[in-house]
Amino acid sequence: MTDDNYQRLHRMTQDALQGGGPRRIDAQHGKGKLTARERLEVLMDEGSFVELDRFVEHRSTDFEMETQKILGDGVVTGYGTINGRLVFVFSQDFTVFGGSLSEAHAEKITKVLEQAMRVGAPVIGLNDSGGARIQEGVASLGGYAEIFQKNVLASGVVPQLSVIMGPCAGGAVYSPAITDFIFMVYGTSYMFVTGPEVVKTVTHEAVSAEELGGASVHSSNSGVADAAFENDIDALTMVRKFMYYLPSNNQEKPPKITTTDPSTREVESLEQLVPEDSSRPYDMKLLIQKIVDEDDFFELQPDFAKNMIIGFGRFAGESVGIVANQPMVLAGCLDIDSSVKAARFVRFCDCFNIPILTLVDVPGFLPGKAQEHGGIIRQGAKLLYAFAEATVPKVTVITRKAYGGAYDVMSSKHLRGDVNLAWPSAEIAVMGAKGAVEIIFRQDIGDEKKIAQRTESYKQKFANPYSAAARGYIDDIILPKQTRRSVCESLKMLANKTLQNPWRKHGNIPL
Amino acid sequence: MFRKILIANRGEIACRVIKTARRLGIATVSVYSDADTQSLHRQSADESIRIGPAPASKSYLDPCAVIAACEATGADAVHPGYGFLSENVAFAQSLSERGITFIGPNTHAIAIMGDKIESKKAAEIAGVNVVPGFVDVVRDANDAVRVANEIGYPVMLKASAGGGGKGMRVVSDDEECKEGFIQASHEALGGFGDDRLFVEKFIEHPRHIEIQILADQYGNVVSLGERECSIQRRHQKIIEEAPSPFIDEQIRERMSSQAIRLAKSVNYVSAGTVEFIVDRRRNFYFLEMNTRLQVEHPVTEFITRIDLVEEMIRISAGEALSFKQSDIGINGHSIECRLYAEDPSRDFLPSTGRVNSYLVPEENDAVRIDSGIKEGSDISIYYDPMIAKAISFGASRDDAIDSMLSVLDRCYIDGVLHNVRFLSALLSHQRFRDGDLTTTLIAEEYPDGFTNGPIDNVDIDLLVAVAAYAHVKTEGRINGLAPQRTIKKVAVLSDRQISLKLMADPEGYLVSIGDKDLLIESQWCIGDILFFAVVGGRSVCIQMQRITNGYRLTHSGCQIDVHLYAPRVAELSQYMVEKESPDLSAFLLSPMPGLLVSINVEVGQKVKATEELVVVEAMKMENTLRADRDVVVDEILVEAGDSVTVNQPLLLFRRE
Repeated sequence: MTDDNYQRLHRMTQDALQGGGPRRIDAQHGKGKLTARERLEVLMDEGSFVELDRFVEHRSTDFEMETQKILGDGVVTGYGTINGRLVFVFSQDFTVFGGSLSEAHAEKITKVLEQAMRVGAPVIGLNDSGGARIQEGVASLGGYAEIFQKNVLASGVVPQLSVIMGPCAGGAVYSPAITDFIFMVYGTSYMFVTGPEVVKTVTHEAVSAEELGGASVHSSNSGVADAAFENDIDALTMVRKFMYYLPSNNQEKPPKITTTDPSTREVESLEQLVPEDSSRPYDMKLLIQKIVDEDDFFELQPDFAKNMIIGFGRFAGESVGIVANQPMVLAGCLDIDSSVKAARFVRFCDCFNIPILTLVDVPGFLPGKAQEHGGIIRQGAKLLYAFAEATVPKVTVITRKAYGGAYDVMSSKHLRGDVNLAWPSAEIAVMGAKGAVEIIFRQDIGDEKKIAQRTESYKQKFANPYSAAARGYIDDIILPKQTRRSVCESLKMLANKTLQNPWRKHGNIPL
Repeated sequence: MFRKILIANRGEIACRVIKTARRLGIATVSVYSDADTQSLHRQSADESIRIGPAPASKSYLDPCAVIAACEATGADAVHPGYGFLSENVAFAQSLSERGITFIGPNTHAIAIMGDKIESKKAAEIAGVNVVPGFVDVVRDANDAVRVANEIGYPVMLKASAGGGGKGMRVVSDDEECKEGFIQASHEALGGFGDDRLFVEKFIEHPRHIEIQILADQYGNVVSLGERECSIQRRHQKIIEEAPSPFIDEQIRERMSSQAIRLAKSVNYVSAGTVEFIVDRRRNFYFLEMNTRLQVEHPVTEFITRIDLVEEMIRISAGEALSFKQSDIGINGHSIECRLYAEDPSRDFLPSTGRVNSYLVPEENDAVRIDSGIKEGSDISIYYDPMIAKAISFGASRDDAIDSMLSVLDRCYIDGVLHNVRFLSALLSHQRFRDGDLTTTLIAEEYPDGFTNGPIDNVDIDLLVAVAAYAHVKTEGRINGLAPQRTIKKVAVLSDRQISLKLMADPEGYLVSIGDKDLLIESQWCIGDILFFAVVGGRSVCIQMQRITNGYRLTHSGCQIDVHLYAPRVAELSQYMVEKESPDLSAFLLSPMPGLLVSINVEVGQKVKATEELVVVEAMKMENTLRADRDVVVDEILVEAGDSVTVNQPLLLFRRE
């Protein structure tokens, strides 16, 4: 080796590190965005990032592209640690060709995906890209498809997380869409298949990028985003926290935390959570917050399909996926959006050995033409399928209503629920007492007194957890204040649960 | 002595009466409405009985329901607490007709003192100082002007049946007087069904000081000294103390002897309070007499060590007072703060909802918490939104204030808005420390309401160090890397960045800020809301709620957000810009939870600024929401009769 080579390495490294140059970096900062490398500094443990393919360049010769080459070609890839745990990352660099995806750029991404799968480590993608490198034509399209293919192969093998931190448009959206979670940043990120210009041309509808596919839209209307954050730093630091709920791959369990929050902690105030009048709502999130370790619940999709709550918490230090009906919204009914929201989450937990706690207060499926015509049959079936298929530990607590088919769906005993508990206020029945009586005793409908009498006797018989408990559908009836203790005990008992589904190529979940 | 006492009240006062009754070995009965089925006062008593639906008029204010409850449970006495039926002559009368003892004064005294004009006459006759004025009803507006000129402006027009600021007007010239007369009599008629008004001298910068008396059935009357209750908002006391920092032994003596004379003149029996208004030159004038236990009675109990409820019970049972005036010693100083569910930033509008978290300090010889709720309780729209009373005691006034500040630091309430930080800020205010109190202090010092205590009230370095301690402890737990000896962090606040170094120390963490070292020793566990620590030898309690990358810290009435970053991340945080929040000005938002009574506009209607839009009722109060600019109603998002939550959009506007 010669001094020349050292100097060359030094120079090239310097070149690579400055990305698109100071002017473009300033522009990036001006929008409130960090650069690709700065983002990695925030995301990874200090000094842990190891870059790969720093010297990759595109090979395009059309449209004078051979004169425009920047080392790294618009994406920074590599590996490092988050809280000491190995992860692979790619971070698109908007300052280089607008972060556009060339064949070489795509190869860098597929390379880290492959390596991550080989060593069993999660992949985090930081997306900030104008789209395909148009100058490369079909080579760029091929690049996308190569990434999609790798994403699909990695799905269920290692966790994949996408953080959208700038534009992500056209075919590019489908890589994040296949990954397990999408996080976005308010105001500076957007995702859409066809952009505002196309919309304008085709439908004559004027719409801004933000209105079409901003973080607000995807976190509240479309359900595409799992979480949205104020800025780059919040998003990246929350990713660090989030990753600690997940195992590195499908062969491991999630990491455990040591906590001083006692498993036996009683929560007296839960005795008053469920109102005496069963038509009054209450906030299921309060139950979650009061029973998880240290009052810490990482909610996902908090603004979408709010009649269902999903997210991660810990019990006795162990990561648990929580699925809960929210009586505050649509009385906690299952509908299309909430079923799909929960189904995908349940399947994620099942892929990655994360136990599932299901909190039930569900009066049934949401009735109506919109739901039926929208396919609640096949959409609701997804949740049923997901719970039935899951082999991880499943603990269910029924706080109040568990009516009809929705009772079956919500991780019931019949769907291999491991521990199914109920509060004394639980009503496990085909339907509410009044409705049931009006069907069984149709001839008495005119007679108010008789109906009241019959309703009372139906309530006595079914508006409680006892007939379900008598059949063993409920393992125990617990006091609300003891919920945390019971959940912790159940999960501890289930820690070594093994259950195998029959071999098959893959099941055929109704999509 | 009584066998069984029924407490015709709810909330903290019912719980407080039950405590004394139980100590005396008397069985207790609590009454409850449908809104209180899971309430603390119901659960505290030996037995409980339902008296009706949620609205007070159909339960706690319904004499028949309460009497029926007495008969059903066999109670031989009733303690009415304060408010509700405590000053209801007919109720007391009906009880005595049934041979049930009303623990309170005779109906004669209640009746006279319940009427502003009658009580003032009685006071004059008894030789009690009264506010210069016309001790009779004024006939009309011209009569009012004549009387006002005799007394000299400014004067106050007051409804004879009034209370709570309704039917009251301060006027300073003839014109205002005429107008005020019409408004006040109208309000009085609407509010009390009685439009009689009288006129008296308006005392500027007044203080409110009252004398607690006890009288038995044998003509013995004693004074338990005064309480100062000048700190008020919406004409309601929120901080009281005893003794008053304003009056001396001589004035105390004169006020007491007048109060005793007044009590004797109406053959008063039981506990009672004679309220005075005191001007800058320590002239005092009779305001009214409350013929019941007062909310703020605990401060008197602390400095006299006499249990007023016990004395009320003994007196009603026919016992003579066991002590003479000369036996009553006044020792130390006591302060009471009323913790209300309300919004100090929005004119103290009541806040309702479920109290999701409720942490208050343990009681001891110098700290008392009279609480009517527990974690999980509802603050309903039907009743007074008081959550609890915190009472402190100290050898000196300063000790009592310091002790109360520490109590408030340890009160954590979540789920409803509350005034705890406001109370801390008030106690920390120089005027309060100096004892420079008037009933107008809050209006003068907080004209735009209260949002946060002055940042100078707290030691920012201390708060930042505590936040860093918690952050590093939490991070260290999940950080798989080898622990570092020295950890560098930068605390990012809204207006500054502070660099810190943390070093693990056998005692805790040594936090260096600049050339200042703070040793933090604490047993704090991750997730605890209250951070108790000894920092540089000083004990502190700081409330900390987790926020993204840091903590929201509350201490001494101040709340600040502290974000903690690694130095490089802090450097990068300079590029983060404030994002515009979605434009909600196009909406009319409900400022409070309540019932939407009426919508006074239609879709497409053009509305001028200040015109009425909708009426929301909360806590029995109708609040009219008006347009703050010219708009067109684009969409109506609610219906009359809907329950609305705070900040719920009610109307959507569009620009013309």
